[in-house]
Amino acid sequence: MTAALALGDDALVLSHRLGEWAGHAPVLEEEVALANIALDLLGQARMLLSFVGDEDQLAYLREERAFRNVQLVEQPNGDFAHTIARQLYFSVYQHLLYEKLAAGQGEFADLAAKAVKEVAYHRDHAEQWVLRLGDGTAESHERMQRALDALWRFTGELFEPVEGVDVDRHALRDGWLAAVTSVVERATLTLPSGPQSGAWAAGAGRQGLHTESFGRMLAEMQHLHRSHPGASW
Amino acid sequence: MSSSTDWPLWEVFVRSRRGLSHTHAGSLHAPDAEMALRNARDLYTRRSEGVSLWVVPSTAITASSPDEKDSFFEPAGDKPYRHPTFYEIPDGVKHL
Amino acid sequence: MAAVTADQKTQGTADTADAEHLAAFDAAVAADDRIEPRDWMPEAYRASLVRQMAQHAHSEIIGMQPEANWISRAPSLRRKAILMAKVQDEAGHGLYLYSAAETLGTSREELLDKLHAGRQRYSSIFNYPTLTWADVGAIGWLVDGAAITNQVPLCRCSYGPYARAMIRICKEESFHQRQGYELLLALSRGTSAQHEMAQDAVNRWWWPSLMMFGPPDDSSAHSAQSMAWKIKRHSNDELRRRFVDICVPQAEALGLTLPDPDIRWNEDLGQHDYGAIDWTEFQEVLKGNGPCNEQRLDQRRTAHEEGAWVRDAAAAYADKHAARPGTAGAAAQHVEATA
Repeated sequence: MTAALALGDDALVLSHRLGEWAGHAPVLEEEVALANIALDLLGQARMLLSFVGDEDQLAYLREERAFRNVQLVEQPNGDFAHTIARQLYFSVYQHLLYEKLAAGQGEFADLAAKAVKEVAYHRDHAEQWVLRLGDGTAESHERMQRALDALWRFTGELFEPVEGVDVDRHALRDGWLAAVTSVVERATLTLPSGPQSGAWAAGAGRQGLHTESFGRMLAEMQHLHRSHPGASW
Repeated sequence: MSSSTDWPLWEVFVRSRRGLSHTHAGSLHAPDAEMALRNARDLYTRRSEGVSLWVVPSTAITASSPDEKDSFFEPAGDKPYRHPTFYEIPDGVKHL
Repeated sequence: MAAVTADQKTQGTADTADAEHLAAFDAAVAADDRIEPRDWMPEAYRASLVRQMAQHAHSEIIGMQPEANWISRAPSLRRKAILMAKVQDEAGHGLYLYSAAETLGTSREELLDKLHAGRQRYSSIFNYPTLTWADVGAIGWLVDGAAITNQVPLCRCSYGPYARAMIRICKEESFHQRQGYELLLALSRGTSAQHEMAQDAVNRWWWPSLMMFGPPDDSSAHSAQSMAWKIKRHSNDELRRRFVDICVPQAEALGLTLPDPDIRWNEDLGQHDYGAIDWTEFQEVLKGNGPCNEQRLDQRRTAHEEGAWVRDAAAAYADKHAARPGTAGAAAQHVEATA
């Protein structure tokens, strides 16, 4: 498994989930904002997948077990709080990761340098909303807390080693934890305390073991392309 | 869904390039200044159209009343020498 | 003879002032000047503009739905990016237009309420379903094409904020039509299944696109007044015919046929004649009996209702943390700072 595939699949899958909000966002301004993030991620995915092979072949012709995204990004959108919690956890990670990669000499340094500004904005968007939902109304607070709790167990996977991604994972995790804790506490929320990963020794997303809704997501995503083998679009 | 939870209206000004001044690009709704700035960035600089963004609550804008229009804006009504077309410049003279 | 009362005198003065204002307004419109938000304007002009801008805005956001329907199934990453960007633009256009409408003293909340209650409309073209990927291309080519034909003249509309919003929108929309055309071209030149898909979509979207220009001139209620006020600058039939003329060679280049055997070149007019439109379908769809009317409004209403807690949360946070502009909170904060 290459790092490009792992990072590319993260971006591809999360972009797809965000695209599902089109026409359903809670306010028109968020239609624009979420689409902006989805488009940035799709752009990153296309660049990363192109390191590995043909972007469309990779996106549309692989089975579930060949995808290397973390399970966090494939989680269904749920309500807006659920989507924002997923964004908080993932975009803080992505921002810190890309900062480190951009500062290094590895093969992703250039790509990361370009992407850092984008993901910094994604992180800012998530943080602004965590603050407003956590410290908004009683209802929004409850929904936001529930979302943070529900997605906590998918966050551990973010810090599993990825071959070819040469960063200090422990420093990454410490930085991530500090950043997330800070926002969560300012938002009058509580950082979840349960386990950050599942108990299955076989592994998780990076090993191609996904959650059940992922298969349905892929079926929808790939269906048209697969129905016309060899066709150009 | 009462009006008390309406997000207030903000006017957006964009300076698209150094050397130009901010021009009014339109308005949008946001609950506060932070979000107004971010929404303005998403809406008005999607195609990299902005270097600098200002957002101002619409209620903070004081406008001149149309009734005052004559004295405010038409002092030149009876002073045609303020208009460049009043002067005849010979052909061939450039940059005037 | 009774002396003129003070009230009658005031009313008389007001009538004279109104007459002066109307003369100034009419002169400005005749001179192709722009009417701006703080200018005096006839109430009917204001009401007509609010209705038109609001319905234009509603059309943009409802129009997101048939296309968003294909985002999750877009058959290539490039097409997916293009489609997401297009749908995002439509949300943006809705935002520009609601802003422009708000300059006339209404609020977005009020306008959305009217949309959800069925008291304001949106373009009936969006009451048709997108049944195949090719429909996305047909919408880009035909629906956006028709919209552009309608919209470019609006860039010179008499009301300033509307004209300016339209200039912005037209700039962004040119890629919308092009991407639709290119999408159809790829299908037409692709496999026979793809070619069939493209032709089928054109067959279903052609006539509804012609109906986008509105009823024939002789049965259009609002047109005369709108033209006098330079809100509307060309008649429905004029624009429709212009659109047909543009599409005929484009269809040829696509290798697709338009589903109208009566299209032919009229040498005298220098334009194309075309077949009769079935206006009963148009009327039915307008009344709410189109394939997707219920579905489109339901989705809009649901998104709005389910989003209320989010909007409320953001407003509550703003109240707690910083003065919300124009509220008592602002004054209170200031008092605290100086105490």
